[in-house]
Amino acid sequence: MDQISWVVVYPEIFLLVMACVILLADVSLKATSRPLTFTLTLLTLAGVAAVQALYATQGEVLFGFGTMVVSDPMGNWLKCFAALAVMLTLIYGRQYSADRGMLRGAEMHTLALFALLGMFVMMGGHNFLVIYMGLELLTLSSYAMVALRRDHARATEAAMKYFVLGAMASGFMLYGMSMLYGATGSLDLAEVSTRLARGEVDQRVLALGTVFIVAGLAFKLGAAPFHSWVPDVYEGAPTSVTLLIAAAPKLAAFAIAMRLLVEGMLPLSADWQQMAIVLSVASLLVGNLAAIMQTSFKRMLAFSTISQVGFILLGLVGGVTGMDASNALNAYSATMFYVVTYVLTTLAIFGAMLMMSKTGFEAENISDLAGLNQRTPWLAGVVAACMWSLAGLPPLVGFYAKLAVLQSVLAVGDGYLWLAVFAVMLSLIGAFPYLRVIKVMYFDQPTQSDALHVSAFPQRVLSLNVLTMLALGILPGGLMALCAQAIARLLA
Amino acid sequence: MGLLSLTIWVPIVFGILLLALGSDNNQVWVRRVALIGALVSFLVTLPMFSAFEVGAAGMQFVEKAPWIERFQMHYHLGVDGISFWLVILTAFITVIVVIAGWEVITERVHQYMGAFLILSGLMIGVFTSLDGMLFYVFFEATLIPMYLIIGIWGGPNKIYAAYKFFLYTLLGSLLMLIALIYLYNASGGSFDLATWHALPLGQTPQTLLFFAFFAAFAVKVPMWPVHTWLPDVHVEAPTGGSAVLAAIMLKLGAYGFLRFSLPIAPDASHEWAGLMIGLSLVAVIYVGLVAMVQTDMKKLVAYSSVAHMGFVTLGFFIFSEMGVTGAVVQMIAHGFVSAAMFLSIGVLYDRVHSRDIAAYGGVMNTMPKFAAFALLFSMANCGLPGTAGFVGEWMVILGAVEANFWLGLAAATALIFGAAYTLWMFKRVYLGAVQNENVAQLNDINAREMTVMVLLAVAVLAMGIYPKPMTDIINPSVAELLAHVAQSKLN
Repeated sequence: MDQISWVVVYPEIFLLVMACVILLADVSLKATSRPLTFTLTLLTLAGVAAVQALYATQGEVLFGFGTMVVSDPMGNWLKCFAALAVMLTLIYGRQYSADRGMLRGAEMHTLALFALLGMFVMMGGHNFLVIYMGLELLTLSSYAMVALRRDHARATEAAMKYFVLGAMASGFMLYGMSMLYGATGSLDLAEVSTRLARGEVDQRVLALGTVFIVAGLAFKLGAAPFHSWVPDVYEGAPTSVTLLIAAAPKLAAFAIAMRLLVEGMLPLSADWQQMAIVLSVASLLVGNLAAIMQTSFKRMLAFSTISQVGFILLGLVGGVTGMDASNALNAYSATMFYVVTYVLTTLAIFGAMLMMSKTGFEAENISDLAGLNQRTPWLAGVVAACMWSLAGLPPLVGFYAKLAVLQSVLAVGDGYLWLAVFAVMLSLIGAFPYLRVIKVMYFDQPTQSDALHVSAFPQRVLSLNVLTMLALGILPGGLMALCAQAIARLLA
Repeated sequence: MGLLSLTIWVPIVFGILLLALGSDNNQVWVRRVALIGALVSFLVTLPMFSAFEVGAAGMQFVEKAPWIERFQMHYHLGVDGISFWLVILTAFITVIVVIAGWEVITERVHQYMGAFLILSGLMIGVFTSLDGMLFYVFFEATLIPMYLIIGIWGGPNKIYAAYKFFLYTLLGSLLMLIALIYLYNASGGSFDLATWHALPLGQTPQTLLFFAFFAAFAVKVPMWPVHTWLPDVHVEAPTGGSAVLAAIMLKLGAYGFLRFSLPIAPDASHEWAGLMIGLSLVAVIYVGLVAMVQTDMKKLVAYSSVAHMGFVTLGFFIFSEMGVTGAVVQMIAHGFVSAAMFLSIGVLYDRVHSRDIAAYGGVMNTMPKFAAFALLFSMANCGLPGTAGFVGEWMVILGAVEANFWLGLAAATALIFGAAYTLWMFKRVYLGAVQNENVAQLNDINAREMTVMVLLAVAVLAMGIYPKPMTDIINPSVAELLAHVAQSKLN
C-alpha cells in the first residue's frame, strides 16, 4: 500500500502542468494570438475528461500515495463530468467575459483550471486533509474569479461576502475534521470508518465533529440555513463566473459528501441522516418559497438551487436504517444521478443567459426574457426545457431525478411518508417561479424586437447540451445504471 | 414498430417537425403539414378496427420493451375494450381541431399545430400505457402543451387560466406519484399494472392509495367540488384547446379511475363508493343547476361538461356491468358532443368576438345551415334518443335503477336540467328575431367549418343510432374488470 502509484494522479499532474503552461504562454503571446490560450484550455479539458472516462470505464479501484488518494469509478466519472462542465462554462462565457474585459490575460482560464484541479483533489481524496486541501484550492480560485472584475462594485462586494463566509465554512469543516482526528486518531477515511465501527471512541467529541463537518458541507452545498451567501454571490458575480460556481463544484460537493459521510463516517449515519432531514426540510422551504418573490433571474435561480439542494440532501436521508444499509446503493446512486443531471441543466440555463447578454447589457432580470419566443424561439425553447426539468415535470430529466430520490426515501418505510409528501407539495409551490419564467417568455410581448445574434460555436454546444438533456429525459436508464455501478464500487 | 407505438409517435414526430421547421413565414406549408400529420395519425389507428378481436377481454396489440431497467420500468403498451375507443376518439378529435384552427390562428401557427399534435400523441400514450410510470409520464407531460396553448392563444385572462390549470392538476398528480412509488416498493420493485392489480393490500394502504389516486383523477375529471378550475380554463382557452380539454383530457381522469383506483384498491373503492356516488350526484344535479344561470356560452358548456362527467363517475361506482359500460360509452359520447359544442361556440366567437349569450339572438335567420348543426349538437347534449348523448346516460340510469331506485330517479331528473340549460341557451342564441347589428351581418359557415360540422354530426348520429359495435367492444373488458373488482384484495 505504501507505493506512490503515480498513475492515479496523472490527470491531476497534467492539469497542473497545463495550467502553468497556459499562464506562461499567455505572458509571452502577442495580443493577436491570445485565442490560442483558449483553444489550449479547451483541449486540456477535453483531454482530461477523456482520460477520466477511460479510467472510469476500466472500473478499477486504485490507491495512490499510500492511501491518500483513490481512483474509483465514482470519483473518475465525477471528474470527467466536472471537466466537461468547466469546458462548457468557458465556451458559453467566453464572449460575455471578453465583452466585460475579463479576458485581457488568461487568468480566467488558469483560475478555472486550478479550480478544476481543486475539485479533482476533492473527488479523489481519501484522507481528511487531502480533501480539505482540494476544497481550499477550489474556493480560493473561485474567490479570485468572482473578484475578476475588480472595478465593478457589486462583483467586489460579492467576492468579499463569498470569501468571508466561505472561509468560515472551511473553518467549520477543518474544526470538525480535527475533532474526528482527535477521537479516532486517524485522518484516513477507511481507517476512521473502521475505528468508528469498533465503537471505542468518545461519543461527545464525535457528535460535535459530525455537526461541524455536516455544517461545513451544508455551507458549501448552499443548504438552508447556511444559504445566505448563495443569492448574493450568484447575483453579484459576473454571470460567466456564476456558472463556474454553480455547476461543476456541485459535483465536487457531492463527492466529498460521499467520501466524508459514507466512506468515512457511515457508522455515524444515524446522526448525520437526522441532520440531513433538517437541512433538507429547511432548504426546500426557503428555496421554494423565496424563489416566488424574485424579480432577478439570477437570484431566482439561486433560490432554485437551494431547493434543489434540499432534494439532493433528501437522497442522503434514507441510506441506512439502524444497522441495515441495504438501501444505501439505491439512495446514493439516486443522489448522484440528481446532481449530475442538475449540473447539466444548470449549464444549459446559464449558457442561455450568457448568450442573451450583450456588451453593456446584462440579461439578469426575469423581465429581460419577455417575449423571447418571438425573438429567438430556439433560445426560448432551451430555457423552457430547463425550467420544466427543474420543476420536475416528465418527460424531462429532472423528473426522473426527483423520482429516484423519492423512491429511495419511501423505500425506508412508511415512517418517511410525511417527508416525501412534504417534498412534493413544496415542489408544487416551487413550480410557480419556473412557470412564471415560461409565461414571460411565451405569453408576454417582447420589449425588444430584434432577434439575438449568437455566434455559431457556443450555440451548437448549447444545442448539444440541451439535446443530451432531452435524450436523458426519454432514456435515463443508461446514466442511472452508470451511477448505480459507481456507487456500488464505493460501497463495496 | 407496433401499431400502438405508431399511434403515439406519428403525431409527436409531426409535431416536432412543425416546431423545428415552421415559422410565421411559411404558414401555408405549416397548415398543410399539420393536416397531413393529423390525418396520417388518424389513419394509423384504423388497422385497429380490423385487427381488434371483438369479444376478448384482455389487452391486445401488446408491446413490451425494457425502458429504465434500474427501476424495472417497461415501455409496455396495449389496448382493451375500455381504451380502444378513447384512442380512436383522440386521433379523430385532433383532425377536427387542426381543421378548426386552420385560418382562425394567424400567429405562431407552427407552434399551435405542433402543440396539438404532440398533445394528441401524449394522450394516446396515457390510454395505452400498461406500465404505471409510463402512464404517469404521459399523463403529466400533457400539461406542458396545454399550458402553452392556453397561455399563448387564450382569451384576455389567459395567464390566470394557464396557471390555474397547471397548478391545480399538478397538485393532484403529485400525490399520485407518491402512490405509484409506494406501489413500486410494496410490489417488490415493479411498475407493471397487471402486477399491481394482483397485489394484495390491507385496508389502510388501500384507502390511502384510493385517495391519492382520487386526488389526481377527480381533479382531472373534474368531480365536484374540485371542478372549479374547469370553467375558468375553458372560458379563456382557444376554441381548439377547449375542445381537446373537454373531449379528451377530462377522460384521462375518468380512465384513471378504471385503470388504477378500482382494480388496485377494490375494497377501498367499495367502501367509499357511497361518497363517490354522492359527489357524482352533486355534480349531476347541482352543477346542472349552476349551468342554467350562466350568461357566458363557454362557461355554460363547461359546467355542462362537469355534469356529464358526473354521469361517468356515477356509472363507475355502482359496479354493475350496465353502469360501467354506460359510463365508458358516455365518455366517448361526451368527447364528440362537447367538442362539437365548443367548436360551435368557436364558429360564433370567430365572427362576433363575444361569448355572451346576450350578444346573440336570432342567429338561425342569418346562419341557417350552422343553426341546423347546432341544434343537432344541442339535442345530443340533452341526451335525445338517436344521438350519442342518449346511449351512455340511459345505460348509467338503468344501472343506477338496478342498484337503487331512488339513485336512478335522482340521476334521471338531471336529464331534465340538461335539457333545460341546453335548450334555453339554444333558444336565446339561435331562435327569435335578429337581435342586433352583429348578428345581422353574420355569414353562414364556409366549406372548412362545414367539414368539421359534418364529421362531428356523422359521429354523433352513428353512435346514437347503432351503438352496438361500440358496446360489443367495451363490454367484455368491463365485465372482466368488474369480476376483478368484486374480489377482495385484503390479506
